[in-house]
Amino acid sequence: MVELVQEKDIYRSAFARLEAESNPVGGSALITLRTQAMARFAELGFPTLRHEDWRYTNVARIAKTEFRSAVDCGVDLDERAIVAETFPEAQFHRLVFVNGFFARDLSSQHGLPKGVQVASLAETLDDDPSWVERHLARYASYQDHAFTALNTALMEDGAFVYVPKGVIVEQPIHLLYVTMPGVEPIVVHPRNLIIADEASQLTIIESYVGLGEGVYFTNAVTEISVGEGAVVDHYKVQRESTQAYHVGTTQLYQRRSSTASSHIISIGGDIVRNDINAVLDGEGCDCTLNGLYVPAGKQHVDNHLRVEHRKPHGNSREHFKGILDDNARGVFTGRIIVHKDAQKTDAKQTNRNLLLSDSASVDTKPQLEILADDVKCTHGATIGQLDKDAMFYLRARGISADAARSLLVFAFASESIAKIKPQPVRSQVQQILLERLPQGDQLQGLS
Amino acid sequence: MLQIRNLHVNVQGHKILKGLTLTINAGEVHSMMGPNGSGKSTLAQVLAGRDTYEVTEGEVFFEGRNLLELEPDERARAGVFLAFQYPVEIPGVGTAYFLRAAVNALRKHRGEEELDAVDFLEFVKEKMRLVDMDEQLLKRSVNEGFSGGEKKRGEIFQMAVLEPKFAILDETDSGLDIDALKIVADGVNSMRRTDRAFLVITHYQRLLNYIVPDFVHVLVDGRIVKSGGKELAMELEERGYAWADQSIRHAAAAS
Ligand SMILES: Nc1ncnc2c1ncn2[C@@H]1O[C@H](COP(=O)(O)OP(=O)(O)O)[C@@H](O)[C@H]1O
Ligand SMILES: [Mg+2]
Repeated sequence: MVELVQEKDIYRSAFARLEAESNPVGGSALITLRTQAMARFAELGFPTLRHEDWRYTNVARIAKTEFRSAVDCGVDLDERAIVAETFPEAQFHRLVFVNGFFARDLSSQHGLPKGVQVASLAETLDDDPSWVERHLARYASYQDHAFTALNTALMEDGAFVYVPKGVIVEQPIHLLYVTMPGVEPIVVHPRNLIIADEASQLTIIESYVGLGEGVYFTNAVTEISVGEGAVVDHYKVQRESTQAYHVGTTQLYQRRSSTASSHIISIGGDIVRNDINAVLDGEGCDCTLNGLYVPAGKQHVDNHLRVEHRKPHGNSREHFKGILDDNARGVFTGRIIVHKDAQKTDAKQTNRNLLLSDSASVDTKPQLEILADDVKCTHGATIGQLDKDAMFYLRARGISADAARSLLVFAFASESIAKIKPQPVRSQVQQILLERLPQGDQLQGLS
Repeated sequence: MLQIRNLHVNVQGHKILKGLTLTINAGEVHSMMGPNGSGKSTLAQVLAGRDTYEVTEGEVFFEGRNLLELEPDERARAGVFLAFQYPVEIPGVGTAYFLRAAVNALRKHRGEEELDAVDFLEFVKEKMRLVDMDEQLLKRSVNEGFSGGEKKRGEIFQMAVLEPKFAILDETDSGLDIDALKIVADGVNSMRRTDRAFLVITHYQRLLNYIVPDFVHVLVDGRIVKSGGKELAMELEERGYAWADQSIRHAAAAS
């Protein structure tokens, strides 16, 4: 108990510092929100293995580490290293955040359609605090999630994206979070608010990159509001450094006839937890949640999905794939809730895992709560090893054991990679994967 | 080219091959016939290097090298090819990519330059015509969703592309209609050369009307019970495997 109090104290003092700021961002509404969230975090505390939603993911190491809040400036940043992460060949609009703070010089946008806003969230809330009451924390609830509560209480900055009614943003908007670990462990609470009004269209790419080694903690929350008939594609490519902790919530809120997708790629990090929540709160919504996780070493990756069908004729597709090597551990929980009114729901969930080592493991489970009677709901999970027959077939054609193995692993992943629509992102993920595979360089041009 | 001496093979503790001896010279076509379960595929898989089969006795030499000491991919690169009885489906791996990887592994081994995607395509298109394969199949995943006939023709196509020294065809004729059978046979016949040998495993005599073997062997219960020329296949067709088995026993008893 004593320990728990201390764990929370670290964040209380960070909160006190924010509270004491003479000119708080976001006005009184944000202060109220932060205060409530902090109080909720104090009540909840960090989850333990006894918590149903955290049964397989032990965050004690996160809770016990004395993270410092990152401070703006004072870091030597290698701009070239960052530029390499920005898809320089592509014409993406981008916001870059270094240790959680907006880096204007590294950010750029060009020819955004009229009325579209792509900006720092802190600056936006400063200019127009009304966004807080209208949208902030309206979608991602902090009541049952300690990390979301903590983020809500301590958020410093993140992206704000607003697309007005009927507007199509052709080029993806890239949000790049770069963390440079220092001597002492730091924590960053990125907070993104994405609002796509009626019949608008946009693509959002979040990248998390760690430059250098060291312990740090990213605790991110992204809220995406998808208006009636809007189409939003979201990607999160997580490549934190190997000692980093990454906890992130992606919250999709969908109105009538909207189409939303999120594709979560987990490559880096030590302990990683992704909460991906979608609320289909209008008739005829379409929601696709894809994921690919490739932990090795001692990495732990937990994907926790929650799809809530509130209205009739909703479609949801969840397709998560894992490739686990060495002592890596994977967790997949796919909760599907179909409310009483949500007749004609069509929900499908698959989680397929490939274990490359005897010491790798996966816990996977669906959780279906179906209160409507006229629904189609299917789920399937597999945990398997490389197909020995396929291995032999490839080798019998002269392909070496290493190359055959890499080929099969890559083939397993490529189904998920193929679903990444923006080509630069797709080839980036493909490239990273190939670099991890023995003789991967020879697999170029496979897909 | 290939010498098999007194080969004994176990599968999961069961004795499947019980002392098989066979010599195949360059330029020859040998046919191995036998009832289901006699050990034909076991022989084919052991020669290709499948590790689920345990060789308990005997030896196999290929061009003077101890074949049993080589990894499956080393055997393939040395020139051994197996047309699988049941070709494996490999989702996510494109046929063109797979074959190019195989061809280049071979070329690299021989010290030849590797083929790029364009050169490779030109090279395989010619081979596809040989077995009347639809070029669209190159774009699909290896064997995935192929019909039975497409899979079998695909094996012959791969053989044509890889140009092995010694090819084993494990029941490539099974399940083929007469037209497909002729295509397969034509493919094999066009590849017959004085420096290449074939072991054609089949359950039925029918294929041997089109691929005329130099030697026919009858495998029953893990042993070659009878060997002869192409006329043995005809005789078997008339009299059945029991006859071959018994005639060898009678011969053994008489001596
Ligand atoms: N992987 C295996 N596991 C167990 N038994 C096997 C396996 N493969 C073959 N066998 C057995 O070995 C015997 C010979 O099989 P096989 O070589 O496939 O015969 P054929 O090809 O002549 O029909 C059969 O009795 C079969 O059941
Ligand atoms: Mg067989």
